[in-house]
Amino acid sequence: MKTVVIGLNHKTADIELREKLAFNGDKLEEGLLKIRALPEIKESLIISTCNRVEIYLTAEDADKAYESIKDFLADFFSIKKGSLDNALYVHKNTEAVKHIFRVASSLDSMIVGEPQILGQIKDAFEFALERKTTGVILNRLLKKAISVAKRTRTETKIAENAVSISFAAIELAKKIFTDLSEKAFMLLGAGEMAELAAKHLISIGVKDIVVANRTYERGCDLAKEFNGRAIKFENFISELVHSDILICSTGAKDYVINKDQMHEVMKKRKNKPVFIIDISVPRNIDPEINNLNNVYLYDVDNLQGVVESNILERQKEARKAEDIVEEEVETFKRWLASLDSVPTVVALRDMAESIKKEEIEKLMNRNPNIEEKDRKAIESMANSIINKLIHPPTIALKEDSEDKDILIATIIRLYGLNGEDNAKK
Amino acid sequence: MEIILFELALTFYFAATIVCVLELFKGAAATSRIMHWIVIAGFILHTANIIARYVISGHIPIANLHEASSFFAWCIVLLFLFLEYRYKVGLLGSFIMPIVFALMLISSMLPRKTEPLSPVLQSNWLGIHTVLAFIGDAAFAMAFGVGIMYLVQEHYLKSKHLGGLFNRLPSLQILDEINYKLISLGFPLFTLAIITGALWAENAWGSYWRWDPKEVWSLITWLIYALILHVRITVGWRGKRAAILSIIGFCAVLFTFFGVNFLLKGLHSF
Repeated sequence: MKTVVIGLNHKTADIELREKLAFNGDKLEEGLLKIRALPEIKESLIISTCNRVEIYLTAEDADKAYESIKDFLADFFSIKKGSLDNALYVHKNTEAVKHIFRVASSLDSMIVGEPQILGQIKDAFEFALERKTTGVILNRLLKKAISVAKRTRTETKIAENAVSISFAAIELAKKIFTDLSEKAFMLLGAGEMAELAAKHLISIGVKDIVVANRTYERGCDLAKEFNGRAIKFENFISELVHSDILICSTGAKDYVINKDQMHEVMKKRKNKPVFIIDISVPRNIDPEINNLNNVYLYDVDNLQGVVESNILERQKEARKAEDIVEEEVETFKRWLASLDSVPTVVALRDMAESIKKEEIEKLMNRNPNIEEKDRKAIESMANSIINKLIHPPTIALKEDSEDKDILIATIIRLYGLNGEDNAKK
Repeated sequence: MEIILFELALTFYFAATIVCVLELFKGAAATSRIMHWIVIAGFILHTANIIARYVISGHIPIANLHEASSFFAWCIVLLFLFLEYRYKVGLLGSFIMPIVFALMLISSMLPRKTEPLSPVLQSNWLGIHTVLAFIGDAAFAMAFGVGIMYLVQEHYLKSKHLGGLFNRLPSLQILDEINYKLISLGFPLFTLAIITGALWAENAWGSYWRWDPKEVWSLITWLIYALILHVRITVGWRGKRAAILSIIGFCAVLFTFFGVNFLLKGLHSF
């Protein structure tokens, strides 16, 4: 049995093709059931997100499975078969195992360490489970992939540092203040950026938001949207005395507050810390302000710098995560291998048992005056003989070796075991 | 017996310090849990050592500098364990355990004999005065550690290079808050220690205050911490300034404790 993944992702296919091949809505169920119906395929599962479409399956013949999946995709999404050639990738067996482990651990994502993919995989697995399209191998594979993802997340820091400007700003704020939800925020400017920021703040539980905008009415509109309060732009400096975090995004050509003014504000605040995020270009806050005690000023470039160093940090951590994946792939490989030898071991023993039974029966028929006691002794001798005979091949089968496939095939042939029959058991 | 306990406690604190310092550079949740248990083990042995000395000598074991340093360290560990439990701030141990270990190391190098108390110390005041002073000093020592943590974290935020310990250090606000609480705890205890000391002095030597070096340096220390609290409340000297002041304050504590005994001889050198 081969484990195979066939798919495409943001590295191999552009957004247009990914959109065309997305299994969204009812298509997921329909697609999954159609794939299950394909004769070459035993188990199947579809992962479809905006960055990837992947079909995991098990089949006796990986190449045949690949061809029929390609045909199915072209047919199902009504696209030319040729357009898939460059986009699709196929990984078999160990490579497929490694692939899903990497995907689940978010090592194959556009942004390494992003958290969504694990949830998406869990959903896809559940969906397939409910429709009974997966079996022994895929179930085990997916469960393992989820646990590997959790392991990489706890043992490395791939998901730890913020990799977007807004998250970076929030992370910084959390290192200045303990609980952001009880802090007072001021939005200077009521443009698109301010609106985005406000949404973000509301989502983390901030209650106290003041908006100061050049056009007072626009400020009021935005404030109303978020249950905040609007103030006149001219008053923002005096209001700043009560604000802990200032997000500035006005279209002003010059600084709207200088160091001396800020110094006054700090005196009135009794030096309570202030975090200022200046996302306006050109900058609206005098950078000198950062030199005041208890004032922390970050402009767009500073935040970008934080994000970049965080990305580097994640890449460093990703290397550790890759090691974990390698290790887990090895364990899984061993499990897969032992799976193959089990039916053969069972068949070998069954064969020996049936020979023993047959021969003892023959003996009994020929010599009806053998007593029960003697029969027992004969039987136990026969048992030791067969045990001793099948012990070495059993051990060899259970061992992890490179040429296990050959070994299994050889034993099946030497003992005349019917491999296919045994696989069904 | 009590010597073995002391050596064991010292060893455990040494191990904890190593783990703590390693944690600064490596950083893993596992090491911090290990550190926690090593400290607790050290603390239990240390407590046993102090009790043993009490039993042997029949008085609270703060009679010589060896015992005093050891008791000082014990108070810090006690406070540290409480703070760990209460606030769960990361890396606190990395900044506190080296202080504890240093005190224990100094203690281990000082003469350890348990001697009968000199007549002037044979008083109930001994326990009250010294215990108050040491818990107060322990709070100041913690404030010192937390102050350093504050300065490190503040440096990251100001310089905008968020490497190293930035992620593992707690927020400035909580560090400042803990610093304030520690000094607010330490200051009244220290004040009471000075008052009880004065009363005892009157009792033993016949005058409340004799400008003995230890008294002078205690007064200087007291003034520094009074100033720290005063400027925080009136003009809002918090954060970085409070952190720097609490570091200066602790230097005064250390000088009062060791410097006076080693460098300036006076009535108080026991």
